[in-house]
Amino acid sequence: MSVTGSDLLGILAVGIVSVTALIAMLAGVFLKNSARLVMWLGLAGMAGAFAAAWGTYPSAGTAFGGMILAGGYASFFGMLILCAGILTFLLASDYLRKEGVEYPEFYVMVLFAVSGMMLMSAAADLIIVFLGLEIMSVSLYVLAGFMRRREKSIEASLKYFLLGAFATGFLLYGIALIYGTMGTTDLAGIALRFASAPPPSLFWVGAGLLLGGFAFKVGAVPFHMWVPDVYEGSPTPVSGIMSTGGKAAAFAAFLLVFVKSLGGGGAKVQTLLAIFAALSMVTGAVIAIAQKNLKRMLAYSSIAHAGYMLTGLAAANQLGESGVLYYLVAYTFMNIGTFGVISLIEQAEEKRLEFSDYAGLGLRQPFLGIVMSIFLFSLAGIPPLAGFFGKYYVFAAAVDAHMTWLAIVGVLASVVSVYYYLRVVVFMYFHEGPEGAEVISVPLLGSVALLLSAAGVVGIGVFPSSILSLTGWFF
Amino acid sequence: MYPVIGTVLLFPLVGFVVNGLLGSRLKSEKIVGWIGSGAVGLSFLAAVVTLLQMLSVPADLRAQTVNLFTWITAATGTEGSLNVSAALLVDQLSIVMVLVVTGVGFLIHVYSIGYMHVDRGFWRFFSYMNLFIFAMLVLVLADNFLLLFLGWEGVGLCSYLLIGFWYDRKFEKSTTSDAAKKAFIVNRIGDFGFLLGMFLVFTTFGTLKFVSVSRQAMAFAPADPRIFWITLLLFVGATGKSAQIPLHVWLPDAMAGPTPVSALIHAATMVTAGVYMVARTSVLYALSPATMTIVAIVGGATALLAATIGLVQNDIKKVLAYSTISQLGYMFVAVGVGAYAAGMFHLMTHAFFKAVLFLGAGAVIHGMHDEQDIQKMGGLKKYLPTTYWTFLVAALAISGIPPLSGFFSKDEILTKALFNGSTLLWLVGFLTAGLTAFYIFRLFCLIFEGKPRYSAEIHPHEAPPAMRIPLIILAFLSIGGGWVGIPAALGGGNWFGRWLEPVFQPAASVSLLVPDESRVIEHLLMGLTFLLAVGAIFGAYVLYIKREELVKSLRHRFAGPYKVLLNKYYVDEAYDAAVVTPIVKGSQKLLWKWFDVGIVDGAVNGVARLFWLFSNVTRRVQTGVAQSYAVVFMLGILFAIWWLVF
Repeated sequence: MSVTGSDLLGILAVGIVSVTALIAMLAGVFLKNSARLVMWLGLAGMAGAFAAAWGTYPSAGTAFGGMILAGGYASFFGMLILCAGILTFLLASDYLRKEGVEYPEFYVMVLFAVSGMMLMSAAADLIIVFLGLEIMSVSLYVLAGFMRRREKSIEASLKYFLLGAFATGFLLYGIALIYGTMGTTDLAGIALRFASAPPPSLFWVGAGLLLGGFAFKVGAVPFHMWVPDVYEGSPTPVSGIMSTGGKAAAFAAFLLVFVKSLGGGGAKVQTLLAIFAALSMVTGAVIAIAQKNLKRMLAYSSIAHAGYMLTGLAAANQLGESGVLYYLVAYTFMNIGTFGVISLIEQAEEKRLEFSDYAGLGLRQPFLGIVMSIFLFSLAGIPPLAGFFGKYYVFAAAVDAHMTWLAIVGVLASVVSVYYYLRVVVFMYFHEGPEGAEVISVPLLGSVALLLSAAGVVGIGVFPSSILSLTGWFF
Repeated sequence: MYPVIGTVLLFPLVGFVVNGLLGSRLKSEKIVGWIGSGAVGLSFLAAVVTLLQMLSVPADLRAQTVNLFTWITAATGTEGSLNVSAALLVDQLSIVMVLVVTGVGFLIHVYSIGYMHVDRGFWRFFSYMNLFIFAMLVLVLADNFLLLFLGWEGVGLCSYLLIGFWYDRKFEKSTTSDAAKKAFIVNRIGDFGFLLGMFLVFTTFGTLKFVSVSRQAMAFAPADPRIFWITLLLFVGATGKSAQIPLHVWLPDAMAGPTPVSALIHAATMVTAGVYMVARTSVLYALSPATMTIVAIVGGATALLAATIGLVQNDIKKVLAYSTISQLGYMFVAVGVGAYAAGMFHLMTHAFFKAVLFLGAGAVIHGMHDEQDIQKMGGLKKYLPTTYWTFLVAALAISGIPPLSGFFSKDEILTKALFNGSTLLWLVGFLTAGLTAFYIFRLFCLIFEGKPRYSAEIHPHEAPPAMRIPLIILAFLSIGGGWVGIPAALGGGNWFGRWLEPVFQPAASVSLLVPDESRVIEHLLMGLTFLLAVGAIFGAYVLYIKREELVKSLRHRFAGPYKVLLNKYYVDEAYDAAVVTPIVKGSQKLLWKWFDVGIVDGAVNGVARLFWLFSNVTRRVQTGVAQSYAVVFMLGILFAIWWLVF
């Protein structure tokens, strides 16, 4: 099989990111104090990749003999993940300097993680799913432990690695069983076989293992145990990209396998997903209430959000699927934004991460107060912000799929969630700050990232159809 | 079709954003003021361009929908789908509203530059005002219920923000914030009705677009109960926004805001939104005679009762507030008898002369150093000549003296009330017209005529040009604004009515009303109303200038009724006794002590304890030990496999 031009065009975006990562790595090795240079190089690479993804978006197809999706769906996720990557870069540089760990390797690893995520979301074959997942995961293991002198960071890295390896094992075994029963790892081929005859029960064992592996990556209950420890311990911008780009990639593959290929997988799979969704929404929302540390609160909140998105997946109808994609875009902007503000407020040695540290912030630092409020209101699902429409679409999809109970659980969980999101706002605006609290100077790149995220949250909230028209034809 | 209509909305929004974000840094009041006023002025120009375009096409092509973007799309399977566009319905009706809102709005913005001079919240004021204009334009241009509701809530928010604008000032027995909250909470009741009405519209018609709803409704039988409930619930919303009985109590308190706000929001534009909404959904109302009767009765009762309260109030702005409530009642009488065009006509003329009255009152308050009690004024004619003349013009207009604008619009409503409604309804309107002329000239005489009753330390002064010029322009509009609607009985062509005819034609075609018209009676009615107004003005003049002692003896003789009026029929007290106190007491005694502490707290604490237990269980699982995490993972996998295989 020879590689054709259209193959290369199909993977242009992810190719640009990978090549940039390699060049950046070499630059980091051979040039001294090259962190800043590497950052700009990476930004340029990702911007180029974004343009490539945008350019190839209209021509949807496959490349490399049906191994990889090109254009369309893959481009959409590529652009989303690249947004997450770009925002992470903008937020990270000052954070790393503040924490005294500004090394080029950070950017290189983020670039590798981004390329893995993009690959995973473009998979047309289970092998590619696995390949992308591993590239992403290994990079994230390293990033989680990037502050290698900090105990919590090391702990996060180790736990993530151990449990991640565990989950990968199951996932790979699931792929093996599916290959064994269906005779192919090609998603289109599996779809054909699945549609023509009911698969043997061994296939369902494989599907269960695979489903568990994906659920682990998106952080859904009961595969969520790693999430709080890892999000809390990782450097804050890493938690940001883990919870957004990582989740987007995992959901992209989840959708490709279970919805596009297996057509929702039938009532049993849908009910199972609904159960996991309900558990995630409730567990995430309830435990988040008790948290004092903002990063830990956001970790539980991200479990709840995984539950909302799983609701759309469980519904397995057109509204649910485009709803999940919309939700991912919304979630990416609002969550990176929130982690971004946290990373600015945070001080070295994990200080200033508690709710009480935000007392009086809204008046002391109006800019941070306003953008943080936008993100939190959106996370809580208040219209007209993006978070509201995300929830609206997945709940409406659940109702359409005759899972009204799931929508009710979801709505109740989001009512509970309002408490812990708005609690931050209450601290920011209705509590007096300590005497002589210092005013943090907001770095330029950081404020650009926050402005972009806030514009995204407001923009796609006011114009939700802009995203829906991009994704409407995928399903 | 109407390419510039989008910019009508855009300018005020930009003004809001610019002043809102940068206003505090722009040190110059001039820049802030001109950004704010200029945004509305440009918006007005764009509206004029749109009007000219509309005039250049035949009448049946004038109504156009301008789609801005698709707002919400959600296929909800079996029930039909919810598709809402941010689309503007540009037709003869909405363009009238747009012109009034931006035109009067622009003049009031300019006036505010003078009025709000040296206020520390200057930029905040202008950004809120621009936001208000934007929201109001969304309301009147919306092509569907949901977008209208967005504007509806937006103007409510701005009203709240601007009533409580001087949040640190005292207002009557409490604070301006309390007045703002009262307005907001009372409006919540109305808005709840509106929301329910909107839900019912969607379940009945499967769409929220005005045009589609109207088209589908034409096929409904008259007096269909669904239509009745829809219109009634929507009207509940209108009573809140337009301060009609029983939800009128917030508007007098809304006078806590700066006077330009009272002029723009609480007289000329926002409070007329209810009338506009009824006119916009005229087909639905035409199909429900029962609701129409309710609308007309509520309107008539409000007109009369508010006018009587206005007779005895001593706060300059309170008199005007009750006058506004009363005039809004007139408009509801008009739409309640199917005379939508007459209601809109009065809406427009009222916007002109009531704006003058409020702005004039503002000039007086400004010139008297924040004095609002008319008992402490008098003889201001020579100190504030411009204010005096403009106020006189507007007072004559609202009294219905020909050929000023108020005469034509009021006359049309009274005529229609008799022809389409009933004699009683006409009588109510007729009496109100007399009361109106009386209270407005009582106000006028006490402010401008007679001897000064204020302390010698106050030196009244005329307003600056920024305030005077808008007053003069609006005074001219109060004179000539009615000439677009001179009735046929007086040899006019009622151009305004014919302009709106295409919009209300569908409603007229389904209406069951059989108008009974006679030109002879029309002339008679006009003569009667005119005589009554002149008589009332003369009465006010005699009582408050010539024979002041008569007022005292009258007050003495009718001490009982006087007290009732002075206390506004004790409606606030009644609401306190019937609603507020029971809720407060009930929540303290019953809900708080028993239900809250006993049951809710019990339950909450119970739930909290449950969560605590649950939390403890999960915390035990969340040990931080990776092995136990793996165990949970394993259990999850086993469950998934078991579920899928068996």
